[in-house]
Amino acid sequence: MLHTDMKTIVKYILLDLFKNKTILVYTFILAVLAVSVLSMSGNSSKGLLSLLNITLLFVPIISILFATIYFFNSMEFIELLLAQSVRRKTMILAEYCGVASALSIAYLLGVGLPSVLLNYSPASITLIFSGIFLTLIFTAIALLIFVVFKDKTKGIGAAIITALFFTLLFDGLLLSFIYSFSEYPIDKPLLGLISFNPVDLGRILVLLQLDVAVMMGYSGALFKEFMGSVIGSVYTLGCMSLWVLIPLAASVRKFKRKDL
Amino acid sequence: MKRTFGQIAFLFAALLIAAECGASIIKVKPAPNAIHNAIAKARTGDTVVIMKGTYKEHEITVRKRLVLTGNSFPVIDGENKYQLFLIQCDSVIIRGLQIQNVGKASMTDMAGIKVINAKGVIVDNNKFINNTFGVYLQNAAFCSVSNNIIHSDFKDEINGGNGIHAWRSDHLSISGNIISGQRDGIYFEFVTESKIISNRSFGNARYGLHFMFSHNDTYTKNTFNDNGAGVAVMYSHGVNMYDNEFIHNWGDASYGLLLKEITDSRITRNRFIKNTIGLHMEGTTRVDVRQNLFQDNGWAARVQASCSGSNFIQNNFIGNSFDVATNGTMMLNNFDSNYWDKYDGYDLNKNNVGDVPYYPVSVYSVVTEKIPSAMILYHSLLTDIMDQVEKVLPTIIPDKLRDDHPLMKKIKL
Repeated sequence: MLHTDMKTIVKYILLDLFKNKTILVYTFILAVLAVSVLSMSGNSSKGLLSLLNITLLFVPIISILFATIYFFNSMEFIELLLAQSVRRKTMILAEYCGVASALSIAYLLGVGLPSVLLNYSPASITLIFSGIFLTLIFTAIALLIFVVFKDKTKGIGAAIITALFFTLLFDGLLLSFIYSFSEYPIDKPLLGLISFNPVDLGRILVLLQLDVAVMMGYSGALFKEFMGSVIGSVYTLGCMSLWVLIPLAASVRKFKRKDL
Repeated sequence: MKRTFGQIAFLFAALLIAAECGASIIKVKPAPNAIHNAIAKARTGDTVVIMKGTYKEHEITVRKRLVLTGNSFPVIDGENKYQLFLIQCDSVIIRGLQIQNVGKASMTDMAGIKVINAKGVIVDNNKFINNTFGVYLQNAAFCSVSNNIIHSDFKDEINGGNGIHAWRSDHLSISGNIISGQRDGIYFEFVTESKIISNRSFGNARYGLHFMFSHNDTYTKNTFNDNGAGVAVMYSHGVNMYDNEFIHNWGDASYGLLLKEITDSRITRNRFIKNTIGLHMEGTTRVDVRQNLFQDNGWAARVQASCSGSNFIQNNFIGNSFDVATNGTMMLNNFDSNYWDKYDGYDLNKNNVGDVPYYPVSVYSVVTEKIPSAMILYHSLLTDIMDQVEKVLPTIIPDKLRDDHPLMKKIKL
């Protein structure tokens, strides 16, 4: 029952999203940026670096904003379906799956396809991988925001602040932490702190695949030793997955008791 | 006057004839101690032709002025135990040999060809394979080492020796050699007035070229690529480096060119491409860096605050992650009329010189120089924004380090 319900709902959400122009425009912009960046710079490593910057800037902000707005807009649809015999958990997960898969497909087509075609390397695979993960993570956070806030405006505000926090503010705090504790051996604590920001995790994961990694010096070598190992990969994968699962679980929990 | 000329001419002719008559050619074929016997038999000025084959002889000491020539590269094998040629006489010529498997000892530096206290020795067109040291010049002068191929498979610093090692020598000429897989490609210590021309030194465990206390030497048209730590130049004055290429010396502690305590030197028309650090300067005085190309390096130039009186003039800086890094706020060096691809100023009077100065040190490079672990934020949005803000309003970056006449167009080099 749960499965068939979910499938049907996801299907309708996807159909709705593909009719929505925003996803198309997002795909198109990503594709244009990726193709121009990859074909313009003769150096493949440089092209991937620019693509990494684009991913780290656009994916979190677009994913979280678009998903938040979409969730709030589909409030009526959700209420309608919940009046039927659809469980709340199914409903909310279906909403998430629909939006997350639409955004992931957009990223795959926009950045994944050009980078595989124009510049196939382990680094580009890692880039696609972390881009997809960032999409999943920030859509999950958007879901949490939707569930927590009643008011759409407040929700969008929270989404903007969250995106800015992870792309900008967190690094600022990290830098001030590095500054104040620069006398101490902070490389290992840094490794732990990075796990609290999926954007940083994604960035370092890709950077370690590129030859600019040596510029990261001692801490880069430490990260490479850790994240390059099997345990490290499992750890990073685990962190990224937790970043998807925890907001998702929290929103399901909260949504079950939410007064609609 | 006429008479003296005549006398000199006669003397010369007589000498020439004597030399021609005296010199004979001795052919050596593979046999136990064949080369030893031939050298013992030979008289000054003779030519010893070593025929094709394998010779397992070692400690071949040459105390006479001889020419040793190989016929289609005969193999002289040290069996990983012994040293091979020891040249202790002036004007010996060795060419066309394949010298391999020299041993390793902790007391002596074992080499394929070791020149000791001699002048005018020529080592030309030989192959050196898997030797601890290839050519070793000790207290030599006016020697020439040219067109040799030197290669070793030792992959670590401890077991390998240097390709061409020179100690306390002068007026050497090292040219056209291809050196790979050694510890240092070319190593100079207390070597003066020498020329290093058109060599290629790559894939060495430590430095492609390493020299210390070697004054007034000239290095031209050499290529140093993919060496463990690039090229290091220390404690010397009067060093001239022209038209060399420093390419892809990439690693945690790799430098295209590392200068330490260098004075009154010129670095001109070199190409630094894809090195972690293109040019590292520490404690240098009056070094002239002119018309070089710095492209795709991590740090194009790292100029420590201990450097003074150096000039960076008319260089091209293209596609480097960081153009210049420094570890202090004081800057006693002069940057002028360079081309920087990151320069975004304007040129109103169209004289090809930017109207606002360029600050080549970015704020993020100042931060990482102070705290290396901040490098963890490399390529994050925050650091890009910090750099942009600082460009508009410089507060942290050393404002004395600037180019007042940045060029709008690339210099043709």
